[in-house]
Amino acid sequence: MQSILNRIVLFLRTRWYVALIGLLLLVWLAIRFRENPVLFAQFMVDGIRLGFVYALIALGYTMVYGIVRLINFAHGDIFMVGAFTAFYATTHYHWGFLPAMLLAMVVCAFLAVTIERVAYKPLREAPRIAALITAIGVSFFLEYFTALDFVFTPNFISYTPLPIKFKCGDIAGVTFSNIMLIIIAVSTSFLVLLWYIVYRTKLGKAMRATAWDKPTARLMGIDVDLVITFTFAIGAALAGAGGMLYVVVYPQIRTFLGVMPGLKAFIAAVFGGIGSIPGAFVGSLIIGMVETLSQGYLSSTLRDAIVFSILIIVLLFRPTGLFGEAAKEKA
Amino acid sequence: MQKSRFHFLGQSWLFWLSLILIFLLAQWVLMPRLSEFRKTAWVIFPSIMAIICLGLNLIYGFNGQFSLGQWGFYGIGAYAAALVTYHWAGRVSYLIKGIVVQLPPLLQKLIPMAQIELFHFDAGRSAVLLFALLFGALLAAVISLGFGYIVLLRLGSDYFGIATLGFTIMVQVLIINSDQVIPETKGARGMIGIPQMTSFFWAFLFLILAIVVMRNILYSSVGRAIMSVREDEVAAQAMGINTLKYKTISFVIGSFFAGLAGGLYAHLYAFLSPGYFSFVRSFDPMIIIVFGGLGNMTGTILATFLWAITLEGMRIWLPQGFEAWRFVVYPIVLLLMMLLRPQGLMGRYEVGFLRAPKWPLRAAAQAEVKPQVAPAAAGNPQSEEEKLS
Repeated sequence: MQSILNRIVLFLRTRWYVALIGLLLLVWLAIRFRENPVLFAQFMVDGIRLGFVYALIALGYTMVYGIVRLINFAHGDIFMVGAFTAFYATTHYHWGFLPAMLLAMVVCAFLAVTIERVAYKPLREAPRIAALITAIGVSFFLEYFTALDFVFTPNFISYTPLPIKFKCGDIAGVTFSNIMLIIIAVSTSFLVLLWYIVYRTKLGKAMRATAWDKPTARLMGIDVDLVITFTFAIGAALAGAGGMLYVVVYPQIRTFLGVMPGLKAFIAAVFGGIGSIPGAFVGSLIIGMVETLSQGYLSSTLRDAIVFSILIIVLLFRPTGLFGEAAKEKA
Repeated sequence: MQKSRFHFLGQSWLFWLSLILIFLLAQWVLMPRLSEFRKTAWVIFPSIMAIICLGLNLIYGFNGQFSLGQWGFYGIGAYAAALVTYHWAGRVSYLIKGIVVQLPPLLQKLIPMAQIELFHFDAGRSAVLLFALLFGALLAAVISLGFGYIVLLRLGSDYFGIATLGFTIMVQVLIINSDQVIPETKGARGMIGIPQMTSFFWAFLFLILAIVVMRNILYSSVGRAIMSVREDEVAAQAMGINTLKYKTISFVIGSFFAGLAGGLYAHLYAFLSPGYFSFVRSFDPMIIIVFGGLGNMTGTILATFLWAITLEGMRIWLPQGFEAWRFVVYPIVLLLMMLLRPQGLMGRYEVGFLRAPKWPLRAAAQAEVKPQVAPAAAGNPQSEEEKLS
């Protein structure tokens, strides 16, 4: 108890300006809340909905970065492929919601494993920039190949009919839709599953060991290549599920769909401390809420600028993000 | 001392002579044979792009700071320069023409005010263009000084890249919303009414200036300090080098180049669209410098032209009905390139003038000891690869 108090006092004495900014922000939010509590709560709820979708994508970024130190720019496009898979499964083949989501996850996992084997694995010993450029190349390839006429076509496609009937009710004026509840339920269950895999299974232990020190992990008898492949597969499966949930909320599909959510999720992962799983989750929720609040109260067109300026400011004060460990950063 | 067979290539008079020859050949032989579209897409635009890529190479290739902010500074330079010429180009041109007409006839003939056919030269407009380019570049440099100093102070490696990527996105969003403050930019609709003034002459001139400035910086003491930061930051600090200062210097110079190129681009198509300054494009310079070889000027310039010619050429070379495959072929080429030649097109080879100069001390030393192969400024190739990885 005493030590926590000491730390708070130390924080206030050394970083008083951070505390001041935080206080001002809280006052501003409180004023907005007093003005119209229902609207404020609605924005928060929308932000949480968006944040849970971002969390599913951000986990893939953060896990891959944690293990191979690669910013996997193709992740947003894998998310897009998941969205399209679910769309075709539900509308053209009349699959149910859950089977379609499972299909999207499996397709994305296979796609990610293929990409990893073909594009990233040969470059594992090459300079990191080569792998990064390759990731950008894979991203372009997925975007433009799927935009060809015989694949998904370059047009906007509207998602009709939706796989679940849209219903909404309100609690004290704040609108909740069943889609939102599904998103929260699905995301939470996946998060718990992921937490179980990473922290309670042998494979998760191998993953953490590989992230910590690859050569030593290899010496300890861990099949590093298999672990990396598995990490890519898990991340992509989560992105596939996220893709389906995202297009159910925003039913407009296009092959460039993944660019912006992918970037936002990446930002969320950085915000929370890239490489850290709880960080990615918390960062996603914060980014989702910042986005809806700034869209609602400040300016809808300046939204992205606000999100990114907050990111840069946070990075300046905590260079490795909210949950990042400073010692782990190499290179 | 035995002179190497190609020693004369390192001499600057030959460099300038060959430049003039290249320019005249391009102006009189190549350009008239190209259509208007290919002229801009294959010759003028890559010259502008090469300036940006040289700047980025200074930041990333020579100084080792992973920056994706180059495209943002490019946008700043483009809009700043466009706003200057939008307001002043016509007025100053008429003003000077008015003054000239009132001069005595003899003086009139002496002033090269009449349009010279070769470059479509108009002194008034050109002066405004020069001022606008300088203004855009300086604005980009000043902003990069502030941004770079704050961000470089705290962030390194990937986090610096992310912060600069955020900067690029912020610039695009601000450009889209800029019509609320400056109505002339017309925000998301794109800026029109910019005089079209960038000719091959201007693009080539500034490309050469950029090359010469880069080369002279790199082979000075400042350049050696910049490269030492890339090789090993801790060791550089131990040698008494203020790493933050040299990181900021290279970032500011690189952004200056980006702003300059932005001004040239604005006056090339006479139209600016905010969509062009999106962050997806900010990977292009990065791709090009990795293509050409990090820390290699020859490779950067060559790769820029190859990149532009291939990308635009595919519109023509791909068979009928396959035009949409352009960006499917491009990533495949990219992948193959990264797999087969991760060190870049030229590796460590530099063309004569761009090579590290042989200074007298070394020449004297070489007379006694047997000649060394690796130039001193290029550093130890092994440690370099480790650092870049």
